[in-house]
Amino acid sequence: MSITKKTYWKGIQQLKNDPAFVKHADKEFVDLGVENDPRHTRRDFLKMMGFSVAAASLAACEAPIRKAIPFVNKPIDADPSIPNYYASTYVNGGDYCSVVVKTREGRPIKIEGNSLSKVSRGGTNAQVEASVMSLYDNYRLRGPKKGNDSANWEDVDKEITAKLQEVAAANGQIRIVSNTILSPSTKAAIERFKAKYPTASHVQYDQVSYYGILKGNEASFGKAFIPSYDFAKAKLIVSVGADFLGTWLSPIEFTKQYSVNRKISEDNRNMSRHYQFETNLTLTGANADYRTMIKPSQQGLVVAQLYNLIAGKAGSAAVSAGMDKVNYLDKAAEELWANRGKALLVCGSNDKDVQVLVNGINAMLDSYGSTILADKAVNFRQGNDEAMATFVADAADSKIGAVVFYNCNPVYDHPMGAQLGAALKNISLTVSTSYTEDETASMSAYKAPDHHYLESWNDFEPKANSFSLSQPAITPIFKTRQAQESLLMWAGEKVEYFTFVKNNWKDWYFNQSALGLGFQAFWDKCLYDGVLEVGGESGESLSFAGDVNAASSAISANYKANNTGFEIALYESYGVGNGSQANNPLLQELPDPITKAVWDHYATISQKDAAALGVNNDAEGRTQYLNIAIGGKSVKLPALVQPGQTPGTIGIALGYGRTKVGKVAENLGQNVYPLVVMANGSLNYTITSGVTPTLVDEPYQIAQTQIHQTYMGRSNVIQESVLSEFKKDPEAGREFPKITKWEEKVDPGTVSLWKGHDYNNHHWGMSIDLNSCTGCGACIVACNVENNVALVGKQEVINRREMHWLRIDRYYSSDTTDISDYAALEHASENPEVVFQPMLCQHCNNAPCETVCPVAATTHSTEGLNQMTYNRCIGTRYCANNCPYKVRRFNWFKYHDNQQFYESNPAMNTDLGRMVLNPDVTVRSRGVMEKCSFCVQRIQSGKLAAKREKRKVKDGDVVTACQASCTSGAIVFGDMNDSESQISKLLQIARSKDRPNSSDKQIGNPRAYRVLEEIGVKPNIFYLTKIKNKDVTNA
Amino acid sequence: MQVSSSLRESLITGGKTVGDVSEDICRQVEGKPTKLWWMAFGVSLVLLGFGVYTMSMTLWNGIGMWGLNKTVGWAWDITNFVWWVGIGHAGTLISAILLLFRQKWRMSINRAAEAMTIFAVICAATFPLIHMGRLWLGFYWALPLPNAFGSLWVNFNSPLLWDVFAISTYFTVSLVFWYIGLIPDFAVIRDRAVRMGNNTRAIIYNALSFGWQGGAKTWMRYESVALILAGLSTPLVLSVHTIVSMDFATSVVPGWHTTIFPPYFVAGAIFSGFAMVLTLLLITRKLFRLEDYITIYHVELMNIIIIVTGSIVGIAYITEFFIAWYGQVPAEQYAFINRATGPYWWAYWSMMTCNVISPQLFWFKKIRTSLVATFVLSIIVNIGMWFERFVIIVTSLHRDYLPSSWSMFYPTMYDVGEYVLTFGFFFAAFLLFAKFFPVINMAEVKSIIKSSSEKKH
Repeated sequence: MSITKKTYWKGIQQLKNDPAFVKHADKEFVDLGVENDPRHTRRDFLKMMGFSVAAASLAACEAPIRKAIPFVNKPIDADPSIPNYYASTYVNGGDYCSVVVKTREGRPIKIEGNSLSKVSRGGTNAQVEASVMSLYDNYRLRGPKKGNDSANWEDVDKEITAKLQEVAAANGQIRIVSNTILSPSTKAAIERFKAKYPTASHVQYDQVSYYGILKGNEASFGKAFIPSYDFAKAKLIVSVGADFLGTWLSPIEFTKQYSVNRKISEDNRNMSRHYQFETNLTLTGANADYRTMIKPSQQGLVVAQLYNLIAGKAGSAAVSAGMDKVNYLDKAAEELWANRGKALLVCGSNDKDVQVLVNGINAMLDSYGSTILADKAVNFRQGNDEAMATFVADAADSKIGAVVFYNCNPVYDHPMGAQLGAALKNISLTVSTSYTEDETASMSAYKAPDHHYLESWNDFEPKANSFSLSQPAITPIFKTRQAQESLLMWAGEKVEYFTFVKNNWKDWYFNQSALGLGFQAFWDKCLYDGVLEVGGESGESLSFAGDVNAASSAISANYKANNTGFEIALYESYGVGNGSQANNPLLQELPDPITKAVWDHYATISQKDAAALGVNNDAEGRTQYLNIAIGGKSVKLPALVQPGQTPGTIGIALGYGRTKVGKVAENLGQNVYPLVVMANGSLNYTITSGVTPTLVDEPYQIAQTQIHQTYMGRSNVIQESVLSEFKKDPEAGREFPKITKWEEKVDPGTVSLWKGHDYNNHHWGMSIDLNSCTGCGACIVACNVENNVALVGKQEVINRREMHWLRIDRYYSSDTTDISDYAALEHASENPEVVFQPMLCQHCNNAPCETVCPVAATTHSTEGLNQMTYNRCIGTRYCANNCPYKVRRFNWFKYHDNQQFYESNPAMNTDLGRMVLNPDVTVRSRGVMEKCSFCVQRIQSGKLAAKREKRKVKDGDVVTACQASCTSGAIVFGDMNDSESQISKLLQIARSKDRPNSSDKQIGNPRAYRVLEEIGVKPNIFYLTKIKNKDVTNA
Repeated sequence: MQVSSSLRESLITGGKTVGDVSEDICRQVEGKPTKLWWMAFGVSLVLLGFGVYTMSMTLWNGIGMWGLNKTVGWAWDITNFVWWVGIGHAGTLISAILLLFRQKWRMSINRAAEAMTIFAVICAATFPLIHMGRLWLGFYWALPLPNAFGSLWVNFNSPLLWDVFAISTYFTVSLVFWYIGLIPDFAVIRDRAVRMGNNTRAIIYNALSFGWQGGAKTWMRYESVALILAGLSTPLVLSVHTIVSMDFATSVVPGWHTTIFPPYFVAGAIFSGFAMVLTLLLITRKLFRLEDYITIYHVELMNIIIIVTGSIVGIAYITEFFIAWYGQVPAEQYAFINRATGPYWWAYWSMMTCNVISPQLFWFKKIRTSLVATFVLSIIVNIGMWFERFVIIVTSLHRDYLPSSWSMFYPTMYDVGEYVLTFGFFFAAFLLFAKFFPVINMAEVKSIIKSSSEKKH
């Protein structure tokens, strides 16, 4: 090492040898400073002191600076406070929804359905609505990692490519493991990867397998596919264990279709009839007209029996299997046959033999071509259980050299996950592209995180010839990279995935479209719409050629009519689903539509079994644990007594028990995927033997948002009837309370101290159809996201302080109809009927909350809104006490910037989470009351938009968040002063001649009622009666 | 001139002279506090300290520290508020209404009863304040003050605003009435201090007595003021609790929405107030050896008032049930059945036992003249009256119209702490009062001493 002689100088003065410098060169500080300078006087001292005091206090006053950097050049479409909307696609494994993303200042803040899509048709569900929060998940990977250390993409790429080549050179096996891939371009990228590494192959599996259905169809038609179903064409629906409104296959699409035939009016007095044969009380079962409880071990026999009943009518040969005494099965068969050509049977079983019989029945009913569209195959579930099992076995046998987990988490959500996890360390290259460090990623050597879907480009083909695109709604927040780009990179192709997708579309779809536009115009249109439909249906018909007898004998062997032991039916939770979005607090705090439980994992048992096992699950959710032994395994879960649960069965949700998931969901519940076993060539989500639950005398409290289960026969709350009555009288089920005066009985609305209001401009109102509402809860999440509703966590829900502005009241029927027998009314039936009632601020015209507020913090608007002024509220809570609907929510604590709520409410407590907040809605402070505002910010922006365009607000300009999210169209919001609005037409509003803008309007719809009409508060929300398509009341 | 029937028993026993009265009453003001006083005061301070801690925690963290929830928005807070306001009523009734009715027996108890009123009202007023979500704004936003918020004004429709007026008026009038009564007695203490040569005390009590000289003209004016204030206070006895009851009566909550509330609340207030007066006076009487001034006769008369008001309250309870049945409003019927048989049945039956059954024991002369029985029953009555407000507030709210929202209320340490806070304050304040102020109105008692005290022979 050579020593170079350098001179450092303090400044230019030293270099120049300035005399003034030399004079003080020996001193470190040139100036003597105030204290040493004898020239300073008392006056100077006072000046200095005065300045210091002033400076110190000024400095103390200064607010901390947060960076807010204005655009130097403002992007043309980004205006502060003006939202932008981008069409995109929500895809999570095989779950699909075409969406519109609302962004504000470059941040996605809300997801809504895309009505241009012919698949999801503008519908959403809770998981889609909540997915915007997953974008701002604190548990997301910030960039690529090698082991536990952060790395950069170049190094990771280099190492992965080198290892892949090494494995390929040694002829080692390479696997890409994924859930169902709906994206043609992703598949193309995988093909490129496979071309580069010939030993590579692609394994798809689904968290909840539909492989049995694929195989059943293969056995029936020679082609492994899942057809499209059209519930809208079905007048008679029979479902054996398929929760098609909640979780089965494509629930958003099915809900949309199903609701078509559940909407009735004076003019259309027909509705579909729905039979459900199931084990757990599902969302679908809760909506059914007839529901029969069956055990999982009977499922095959029920289908076989139905086959025999239909075959008897069709003149076909019966099969050997079957069972007697299934409630309503004969009736269902009778009606199925009567409605053939417009009937549909679906079955949730993953057993191919059962599905063969289901196909056989549907074939006899002429469902193919009418309610089942075989030529429009769906791609939602392509997983192959056998291939996946082989992969895990190979991995365990060290036959695999490299594996890439493409956005999947089999260590957690595959039954053989533990085995796979143990095998991973023997594989020389393990890569996960998951965007969080989940169970599989944390066991993989390399984490090459993909973008969140809201940051990605992609294309999808959910159904044959239906396509959609997703586009980034935000610049990637972290140093993540599109997984397809990674795959191409490792295959030696450095290409942007956007270019790749665009080129593919040019090659694949552009020619077909033949629209006479240039490609760019075509592409722009596709991107703008988010979807593309190509060609028509081929009209290809299939003929059923399944071997029903073979299927039947297999069923006879595998199913039992009289199993005595306990059985388990696993199901996907409505909130966290298969567990992939478990770290999303919006979903954890979404009440389960049936149990109304949040933040919890439990085993549902029937009332009978609870008594036998000694489980005491009281109204407060206090219960005991059950230790459920299954063969050699066991799970310990709190028991929840569930009306409608088939006696002798236990329902357990999948999707819990995540261990590497982030703060929100960590160690919540048990992972029950390992309980799933392979049966008849596919995964079976029921366990029918060797199940022994035992009571563990250990208390536990489940958090539920509703702890009283029945509506106590109160017809002022729920008004319901049956279709046959409705046909005779559209006012069936209605109750008309009267107020007794001295000599006469009068309508409650006519006795009032108030003069009523005149709404000279708009009169906002809402109608909620209890018959259409399926109770799914998408509106709750939509409302939470739109209105920055705080999430409060499990303990606060147990304290009965959830903040939801909109809730769905779920009521069970009870055995008694005697409305004075209070004790019996409180008790839900063993197999109850269920009514869902969305409940939100009723915006009363004579609002009881308004009169009692001492400081006038809640007031009435000139448009019929009951307004809440947070700034003025002093928090006496009198308004909440006096609210007959109990929809007001108090800020018991400071829910934002408070460590106590860090885990449950990241949207208000972390820098990343805060990005999801809607800037148009105040985050409420502690000590104030809040409630539904009818999305007043949307009303305002709708009015402003109309004003800018110099026109009147027209129907559809203002859509509330709950209405937008409601797939079944149960919620209709609009201006009741506008005679052309949907709500005016639906409610048949007649305005009086002398006072046309009065708040008191004549409602002509015989089904429309106001909850608690007799107290005269005159809500602006109307409910339409619940009509069940049953033959008789209380049957 | 005071005239009294020779047939009547003397109100003051023990053949007290005017000098004895001054001596007996001033003794504890002038002497050192007793050990017992220190112990009681210490306990009160401990309670107060615990209360201040829980209150600080609540103010710092939020009302969520209490057990309230989305369905039950008021529980212990407003229960305690109504309870304390109710207790205060006895003081006003004794000093105002009984003065107008010339009930001389009130003279030895009115001072303490009025002090109790003042402290009870202060205790009561803490609850509407601390129960607010944003006390730091609410304490002045609830007042109709001119402000810089544009045209913002209070909502005169709100019963809570009426409360603000009712309680503040009540407090002001009671305080003035009480203080004016104290003036001549302060002068007595001052004069004695001068005689004893205790200058500091003389200066302090001189200031407290506003330099009272006791001239005939001054006495004349003094008595007119007392009469005027009694006249002002009299409607307050009825109006304050009427307005408090309207917090409930004007609402739509089944179980609150009843027109019987005003008279029923006033009767309940007097009922509980007299019970509290008895509890306090029986202790004071013992502690300060005032047996000759607060006699069995006083106790008996107050017990009779307790029978009367307790029976009124009992009839009100039954009437509510009758009207719920007769009115045929399902929600109201359920609310009342639920009170008696629902999850809070124990609160309802505690209330019934304590308020309706226990005071009936006073029909027996033996019981109403027994100090021990009176003491025990006076406490039982106040427990019952606390439960009455709890039953009205919590059991009505917890199950109202929509069964989906029904829930339970479980108090936390902080709910209890706030109640303890007021007890700590109340007893500490009462002990300070009893030590430093004359607990019996000497001036008035002296006026009845010649005519009704038995002479020493």
